[in-house]
Amino acid sequence: MEPLLLLAQLGADAGAHGPRVEGYAYPNEQNVLWSVLIVIYPYITGLVAGAFIMASLVRVFNVKELTPVYRLALLTALAFLLCAPLPLLLHLGHPERCLEVMMTPQLASPMAMFGFVYAWYIMAVLLLELWLDYRHDFVRWGQEEPGLRGLFYRMLTLGVKDVSPKALHFDERMSVAVTVIGIPSAFLLHGYVGFIFGSIKANPWWGNVLMPVIFIFSAIVSGIALCVFIYSELSWYRRREADDACLDEMGKFLFYALLVDFSIEALDWLHRLYFADESIHVLKQLAAGKLFNTMLVGQLFMGTLIPLLMLGAAQLFKEEIPNFLRRRIYYFSALLILAGVLLMRWNVVIGGQLFSKSLRGFTTFKLELAGQEGWLIGLALLVMPFLILILFIRLFLPRKHDTSPPAAEATPAAAA
Amino acid sequence: MNASCSRRRWLGLLSGGLGWLAALPVARAAKTAVKNLFTSAGAPKDYDPTKHHWLMCIDVDRCIGCGTCVEACKAENRVPGASSYFRTWVERYLIRKPRAGMTELRGEVTVDSPNGGRNGFPPTLVPREEILKGFFVPKLCNLCAHSPCSQACPVGATFDTPDGVVLVDPEYCIGCGFCIQACPYGCRFMHPETHTAEKCTLCYHRITRGLQPACVEVCPTQSRIFGDMKNLPEKAPLREFIRTNRVFTLKPHLGTEPRVLYANIDKEVR
Repeated sequence: MEPLLLLAQLGADAGAHGPRVEGYAYPNEQNVLWSVLIVIYPYITGLVAGAFIMASLVRVFNVKELTPVYRLALLTALAFLLCAPLPLLLHLGHPERCLEVMMTPQLASPMAMFGFVYAWYIMAVLLLELWLDYRHDFVRWGQEEPGLRGLFYRMLTLGVKDVSPKALHFDERMSVAVTVIGIPSAFLLHGYVGFIFGSIKANPWWGNVLMPVIFIFSAIVSGIALCVFIYSELSWYRRREADDACLDEMGKFLFYALLVDFSIEALDWLHRLYFADESIHVLKQLAAGKLFNTMLVGQLFMGTLIPLLMLGAAQLFKEEIPNFLRRRIYYFSALLILAGVLLMRWNVVIGGQLFSKSLRGFTTFKLELAGQEGWLIGLALLVMPFLILILFIRLFLPRKHDTSPPAAEATPAAAA
Repeated sequence: MNASCSRRRWLGLLSGGLGWLAALPVARAAKTAVKNLFTSAGAPKDYDPTKHHWLMCIDVDRCIGCGTCVEACKAENRVPGASSYFRTWVERYLIRKPRAGMTELRGEVTVDSPNGGRNGFPPTLVPREEILKGFFVPKLCNLCAHSPCSQACPVGATFDTPDGVVLVDPEYCIGCGFCIQACPYGCRFMHPETHTAEKCTLCYHRITRGLQPACVEVCPTQSRIFGDMKNLPEKAPLREFIRTNRVFTLKPHLGTEPRVLYANIDKEVR
């Protein structure tokens, strides 16, 4: 037989026999049902919730150092929130019936709450807070900017053009109120995603009361890391000096949030090991085998321990480490954390389907390149929020309103 | 005062009557919708689910692992032919003798279900002299009284019927797969063509017409015992089975209260 034909035949045989099962899995469990789209969904909502919590540090907790990233964090949250329903929608067997979740929800189902939680968060929290914060600027830009752009800003004022000190003071107070509501809402948004998994008692990897808490803290960590990453990139792109006080403050919060996140996940494992119910053997095999690379190496070592060491060093030796090095520490820690949290979502979603509910075996999972749940769609969904964010930055954080000083290395004096 | 009270009373009665009149079409529409739902699940139009309560029992000692039930189910319900889609399947449990020097009373457990047991079971690779005991366990939807799949379904496409069955409305299912994840027994799958959740319906189209589920009908050893608890004759096999056996359910610690009862299963069965 021709080699190519032989290969094709082997491929067809492999497809016909389905995934490789080790031990025993219930026959219906051989194919992994929730794939990369359901990995990306909690990742994106986590970034939204985390970025919002980051912004609330300025508004509610009055952390002045973070003011330079306040608007950027809110716009980041919005860009990612706009894309949050997409993975869910694309994953459905019948996306055309998606509105039934809101029209005839089955109220006992955690998944039925998605539409309401999402609508509440985007309409009552994020858009409202952004509008209150930007209204003054929309009025001003509407007058200053010519043509369509000016018209666009004037439309965004929604006709409220009062910029008297009294009106602005009212905006400010309302904005604080919305943020105060927004913090529990952000916790609700992502705690709810954790609850979707945590409420499944059929699956011991998921069914866990700590799951919503783990999701909330990993969301905060990933959101702050995303803000560090985007702020660093934006400063670099615009050749502006990044505010070191702001980066230090973000680095500090990132470090402590990561420490809490790590502690809670460690507590989860400690509890599982001590509790040692009938699932513990299969879960230990899962962690040490199928998830060794993604969990122990990727999530724990690369995505948690190394960033903890780097950020911890930056906290301990802040005076000794020069600014440019601290910036790089924050930047690379943020990148590692972002990858680590993505792997955490992978480990939860895919890991939870790799072992059989018979607790007697494992199945395998191979991510396709194309197709409804392939690499390409996953990548597109991860890139899309960044494209939307670029548009938002151009519209709402225009370069000419950026008051930060030019980057030192870009100035002729520094070059000389 | 009396006149006022009387007027108030009459007005109350009148508004109550009008309220009933207004509610009547709504109630009728709701009743029709529910009836349509059952009809769409295969029940005849005159079927009243409140007058039945179905129960399935499995006598593990009787099962010979022939796989006829799996084959019958596939044919009756047009279950996809591939080896990862089953409404019912049969598992083979082999419990080895403990190795020399081991303090345990039983050795390693091997479970398999090649092609769901559809074609029977090939001879085991475990040497006969090493086997302590072996048995077959037919599996199907456990018809949970507190069904986690119904709880999980975001649109109510999966629902519990008054006659003790859990059904899926394929016209309404959005194909999210949450119910499949929520089922502790691995009894559900996503249909590769309709892209909706699928599961055992106890052959609802048959039982509502006085027939038995296909798997019960073809079982050569009467390992599956089925009946209507609300209309059970005095000498019915189901009544006799429950009276003479100690029955168990699968994964009782999850609180799902399965209505599929097993007799003679070992602790290894999950």
